[in-house]
Amino acid sequence: MSGVIPLSWSLALSATLFVIGVVGVLVRRNALVIFMSIELMLNAANLAFVAFGRSLQSLDGQIFVFFVMTVAAAEVAVGLAIIVNLFRLRETVFVDEVNLLKG
Amino acid sequence: MIFLFAGFAALLVASSLLVVLHRNPVTSALFLVLAFCSLGGIYLLLQAEFVALVQVIVYAGAIMVLFLFVIMYLNLRQDVERGVQTAIRRGLGWLVGAVLLAEAFALIAKRWQVGPVSGGPEMLEGNTQAIGRALYTRYLFPFEITSLLLLVAMIGVIVIAKGRGGTAAADDSAEEKP
Repeated sequence: MSGVIPLSWSLALSATLFVIGVVGVLVRRNALVIFMSIELMLNAANLAFVAFGRSLQSLDGQIFVFFVMTVAAAEVAVGLAIIVNLFRLRETVFVDEVNLLKG
Repeated sequence: MIFLFAGFAALLVASSLLVVLHRNPVTSALFLVLAFCSLGGIYLLLQAEFVALVQVIVYAGAIMVLFLFVIMYLNLRQDVERGVQTAIRRGLGWLVGAVLLAEAFALIAKRWQVGPVSGGPEMLEGNTQAIGRALYTRYLFPFEITSLLLLVAMIGVIVIAKGRGGTAAADDSAEEKP
């Protein structure tokens, strides 16, 4: 063990990961890839939780990560079911082609 | 330890960039598995063993398998993107990303002084044991609500994925698909 990892490194990594997720949501049109980018953002938040928990010598961060993972699993299941239903209805998963609400 | 962190971080950033940039959704999903595994390595370096293993088992195992099932079930074509509007939106997306990244690093550069509040005796026992103890005592009520959330999500998924108009329609659509 040659020293501990500085908090700012973990936070910088978390910020980078979050920004990659944001760019993915903004740039891509495929609903599945947008969903994966949302997963990346959730993981960035988890990394920040764990890093702060390590820095504060507290377990609460890791317990919050546990809850975030549970919510993410539920969210993925529901979201993928919605995407499957969308594909049955419109034969596409590209979010630009889903314009039912456009006047 | 620092070198391990740098290696895992580089792997994580590269593979998540490939998730965003790659045309084929199946390849994106596989790179996302790689990203989650390297994030699990970073959790291990941060001494969060339980979270690291749950990350690999739940995220890289269960959730990504669900993603791959859906991608292959839908049998997507390649992600072709053309046109001026797409180019404008893509440029805007990268611009927003650059601004956000600069903002985040400006915030982090302020270097919050975060010191240890309580060097608890929790660290003497194993990480998983401590988390289990906290989860079943102090966080028991949120933990139980989690089970309710999973149940509701399960029922919701079954109802949504069954399709409209009850079982007959669902059976019809199931027969239509080869």
